[in-house]
Amino acid sequence: MSSPDTVVSTATRSLRYVDALREAVAQEMQRDDDVFCFGLDVDDHKAIQGSTQGLLEAFGPERCFTTPLSEDAMTGVAIGAAMAGMRPIHVHIRMDFLMLCMNQLVNMAAKAHYMYGGSVKVPMVVRSMIGKSWGQGAQHSQGLHAMFMHVPGLKVVAPSNAYDAKGCMIAAIRDDNPVIFMEHRLLYPIEAPVPEEPFTVAFGRARHMRRGSDITIVGISNMAVECLRAASLLEEVGLSVDLIDPVSLVPLDMETIIASVARTRRLLVVDNAWVSAGAGAEIAAQVAEQLGGSGPLSIRRMGFAPTTCPTTPALEAHFYPNPLTIAKTAHALAGGSAGWEPDPERARLAYQQAFKGPF
Amino acid sequence: MDNPDPILPETIARLYRSLYRVRRIEERVAAIYPTDRIKSPVHLSIGQEAVAVGICDLLRADDIVSGTYRGHATYLAKGGDPKAMLAEMFGKVGGCARGKGGSMHLVGLDQGILGCSAVVGTNVPVAAGYALALKRRRRGQVVAVFYGDGASEEGCVYETLNFAALHKLPILFVCENNFFAIHEPLHRRWAADQLTERVATFGMPAKRITSGDIFEIRDAASGLIAAMREGGGPAFLECHTYRWREHVGPAEDYAAGYRSRADMEDWERRDQVARLAALLPDAERQQIDAEIEAEIEAAVAYAEASPFPAAEELHAHVFA
Repeated sequence: MSSPDTVVSTATRSLRYVDALREAVAQEMQRDDDVFCFGLDVDDHKAIQGSTQGLLEAFGPERCFTTPLSEDAMTGVAIGAAMAGMRPIHVHIRMDFLMLCMNQLVNMAAKAHYMYGGSVKVPMVVRSMIGKSWGQGAQHSQGLHAMFMHVPGLKVVAPSNAYDAKGCMIAAIRDDNPVIFMEHRLLYPIEAPVPEEPFTVAFGRARHMRRGSDITIVGISNMAVECLRAASLLEEVGLSVDLIDPVSLVPLDMETIIASVARTRRLLVVDNAWVSAGAGAEIAAQVAEQLGGSGPLSIRRMGFAPTTCPTTPALEAHFYPNPLTIAKTAHALAGGSAGWEPDPERARLAYQQAFKGPF
Repeated sequence: MDNPDPILPETIARLYRSLYRVRRIEERVAAIYPTDRIKSPVHLSIGQEAVAVGICDLLRADDIVSGTYRGHATYLAKGGDPKAMLAEMFGKVGGCARGKGGSMHLVGLDQGILGCSAVVGTNVPVAAGYALALKRRRRGQVVAVFYGDGASEEGCVYETLNFAALHKLPILFVCENNFFAIHEPLHRRWAADQLTERVATFGMPAKRITSGDIFEIRDAASGLIAAMREGGGPAFLECHTYRWREHVGPAEDYAAGYRSRADMEDWERRDQVARLAALLPDAERQQIDAEIEAEIEAAVAYAEASPFPAAEELHAHVFA
């Protein structure tokens, strides 16, 4: 696939998403002795699919270490270390495991700065990865960002390309607040031009992945990539898509989204999560509040089917939005003729290469 | 401070001053409470003072404590400012958390007081994280984390004990066992009354003190803390104690039927405030008392005079 067109980088070097994450952490650990990286398996031979590779060798076991399977307490440990001035990066190989951390994240990390009257800071990063395909199933596939977006005091970022992965990771480590850093397994092998030197991608600034005038599509996390593929299908029938990747969900750059929808009057939000009470609902509601009543306005949301994620590919194929369903929904929203189907060969090529296990 | 000699008169005077300060501030809080000037639920430390005071007497200014929603004694014993505490409970901007935390979230980083937490057990792993940072800094600092018998049932506390032992963290776990989680007695919550024995299996020194005797608590902690400063790793103390007032609020609740006044009277006979008062020469005790009473008057006056936060404060401090 091509790189997002507005990932402005003079870098000639292409880097995979996973290597961009690793490089960001390594550069920050080099720069700041207070940064450390911990979590189950960060120091083993697989190194969280390579994303923590080399950290143990470079920085030693005091700064890169595994943990007991005690996600709840380990989150508290990260918070306490952060209060003491360190900058922990707590790694979870699946986002589903964050449910074991909710008390500490919601009741302590999110609130400490406020409930202690500004006297305490909690600069920590919580890395987690969403799985998809090859039987990830019910408990290895969830995109749970909306739960964190609901709670004041947590930042939530979901970069969809290698450039943003590196820039957001460095920004997250330097941020004085708890940052939920959401990764996606299927993004790990995808390359983009990434500068070698450290840089930050500011939170709260959405990225235009394509510029267009007929419909605004907002794609979150891995769905930004699926939307890019859908946009290329729509191009064939002359529909031009203004495709926006919010990059960070808290803070959320509604200004860019609203400016786009003010032009197109059509919004499709495609989330890598359930639709109900989700990030898409929040974006749609804010657009409706701002633009409702000022002219025609069409809004749709797409996301996971309202079911648990099944393991069998026969059912899983219907669980996620894909370039075909996204393109068809956008086409209908833009007033296209009913029953339109993209060219089957083109649609096949647009599908994301399925991940072939084991993990 | 790591080699206490409890018979030294200045030790007795220092402990008494701290005990009396907690007791009298709490009694003053209870007296003010019915006027509704305190805008916060209060979980009073009356009866439980000796644990926090005995332990904190051994701590350096740059050591850290972490307490619970029943944290007034912890806060005061570690050097927390009574003015900032009272103002906090009055919801005033001069409070230690600018009125945003209240009685259950006292904090004082300048005095080494990590913020108290109202979700039982939640402060324990956070304290261990702070201890992890202190260990890296290699200045011999320690953390003392206080929690109740109820918190000892939380999973994250067991997770933390294991992690602290594994990493030899400089942290003293202090379980203030007052026998009740709100109103539920131990026998409805514990299959076996062997908390200290359970903790010992994580691989750390663990000791139970049933007397409530402040010197015994202090003596037990002294060697543990000294070893901890040298890299000896964590330790655990279970200190039996007794809450004299109701779980939350200023009153007694012996008529409620879940516990007997006779139990309280047994602890009242062992009251460490009265005991240490009797060990001091009258003139010295009276001078300490007068100084504490003046401190309290000043704290209440400060809390009264401090303004409420301005409306804009609502939106401040969501993010750092």
